[in-house]
Amino acid sequence: MLRRNFTRLAASALALPAIGRSALAADPLKVGFIYLGPVGDFGWTYQHDIARQAAVAKFGDKIKTTFVENVAEGPDSEKVLNDLANQGHKLIFATSFGYMNYVLASAKKHPNVFYEHATGYKRAANISTYNIRFYQARYVQGVIAGKLSKAGLAGYVGSVPVPEVVQGLNAFMLGMQSVNPKARMKFVLINSWYDPPKEGDAAKALIDQGCDIITQHTDSPAPLQAAASRGVKAFGQSTDMAKFAADTQLSASTDIWGPYYINRIQEVLDKTWKSTDIWGGFAEGMLAMSPFHNMPDDVAALGNQTIADVKSGKNKVFVGPLTDQSGAVKVAAGTTMDDGALNGMQWLVKGIEGKLS
Amino acid sequence: MNEILVPFLISVMAAATPLLLAATGELVAERVGVLNLGVEGMMLAGAIAAFATANVTGVTVLGVLAGLGAGIALALLFAVISLTLQANQTATGLALTIFGRGFSALVGAGYVGIPAPQLPKIHLPVLSDLPFLGPVLFQHDVLVYLALAILAAVAWCIRSTHMGLILRAVGDSHDAAHALGYAVVPIRYGAVLFGGAMAGLAGAYMSLSYTPMWAQDMTAGRGWVAVALVTFSAWRPFWLLIGAWFFGALMYMSLYVQALGVAVPSALLSALPYIGTVVVLVLISRDARRIRLHRPAMLGLRFQGRA
Repeated sequence: MLRRNFTRLAASALALPAIGRSALAADPLKVGFIYLGPVGDFGWTYQHDIARQAAVAKFGDKIKTTFVENVAEGPDSEKVLNDLANQGHKLIFATSFGYMNYVLASAKKHPNVFYEHATGYKRAANISTYNIRFYQARYVQGVIAGKLSKAGLAGYVGSVPVPEVVQGLNAFMLGMQSVNPKARMKFVLINSWYDPPKEGDAAKALIDQGCDIITQHTDSPAPLQAAASRGVKAFGQSTDMAKFAADTQLSASTDIWGPYYINRIQEVLDKTWKSTDIWGGFAEGMLAMSPFHNMPDDVAALGNQTIADVKSGKNKVFVGPLTDQSGAVKVAAGTTMDDGALNGMQWLVKGIEGKLS
Repeated sequence: MNEILVPFLISVMAAATPLLLAATGELVAERVGVLNLGVEGMMLAGAIAAFATANVTGVTVLGVLAGLGAGIALALLFAVISLTLQANQTATGLALTIFGRGFSALVGAGYVGIPAPQLPKIHLPVLSDLPFLGPVLFQHDVLVYLALAILAAVAWCIRSTHMGLILRAVGDSHDAAHALGYAVVPIRYGAVLFGGAMAGLAGAYMSLSYTPMWAQDMTAGRGWVAVALVTFSAWRPFWLLIGAWFFGALMYMSLYVQALGVAVPSALLSALPYIGTVVVLVLISRDARRIRLHRPAMLGLRFQGRA
């Protein structure tokens, strides 16, 4: 009697994990996101969260998403990543460059969790990287700036001197010089991705030194507002920022992460996820320009034509001859820089004033 | 030359304004013997209150008043704890800053990434059109002028009025002032609340004019610079003005120099205002006599007598 009960008990105990497993299988896939800024930054993080919401809309109750915002690019980010993994998130998107080494460490500890790292370059069996060819939009901005700048001098508010930012600086300058060979550019790096008062001050410093077109590679609309207060035109970043300065914004580079996120979540659901490296631009639908405003029709038409040329591959942006600030030829005539060279870019093209540091 | 200097000075004037507003308030509080280290927290509370109110109502003046009110509310909290309940002022002030940061972030979560009406710029028919001086001095928004006007009023009040004499007496010897029949604690309440109002104004200027949006921690240490400025000025309003312009210029220079193309690491330039603060404070502290001569003798001390 006692023994029978005992065996029944043992059997039910043994059955429990099985029940647990099948219940888990029916559970939604938990997908985690870590964000650098607040979801309302109305720039970089905002666009990632829009994409997360698109995935939620697409998959409904098949997935459950969690996001953690304001995660600094430091040791804390590894803790957040590990927490998400321990809470059962099977796919984690880490949406800033500086998380790179922490993603690596966390992925090592959690081999059954898939990691997606935006803008990084270190991969592993369970880490993919993905990025947008932001420089393509910078080139288009440059073309428009070259047409509109009376002084032939543009100002660029940047963050930190990583290759992605350097590509943007150079692409903008090349675009500008394609329509005005004498065009020059100044830049300020504020050493942060999101610091509105500093971003605004940087824009003011550039305008105070004669720049009459402002663009930015930081995440808040502050440079755009500073441009508005000084009566010069500017480009928005990551998202359409027109509501902050409707009479000032010419256009904005817009990051479109949604289709990629949906794609990768689908692969985890289908169990076909593999480590990949995606770098998409206009052609892949990951990058777009918001509607052109505050410019003559012919300039807008030229902007659209440039987008079309970059999209079709007719214009590859970084095509030689390219010379650096000292005048040394870095890329020979007719040669196109490959992705490897772009990802290690640490020199500035002729026409840009100021040093990378 | 003018096309370079004029815009630079405009930017420095704007950068100095929040420092000047907050430091003027702190100066008054310290002159009656109260050290309130909660300036940064009061500024942030003022910034979010001003932004939220302007955003909801669409009226910037109401926003400015709300910023003022939020600063006063936090200052009242400080005053009750440190003056009535006689808690340590340093600790209470630090707690107030931490509270202000957290509270503003919580309230502000829903206001990130949205625009608000901005303070209008003033255009005075003749003055604004003067060459050089016109754009530098007469085309700012109203808070820039208010900051200068309040500083002048405070300087005059402290130096030349009976009220100023009482304020200084309370700051230099609260026991003597008490013996003479002055109500030490109520006077200190008044000064602390004035300090809160000014910090709130400084916050309102940040979120409605300087960078017309709300972002967490958007004052970025300006409250601390304001506290340092009061010591820098040796508690004298004229030097406070010089100091505010100096630090405003320093904060702005760190970006301006970069745009000039000077080959200095950007990380070092970003640290410039803070390095400047440390250097200046060290230089000032070398002359202990100067500090002792001007420092309100009761600064940071509890008043034990009956209120």
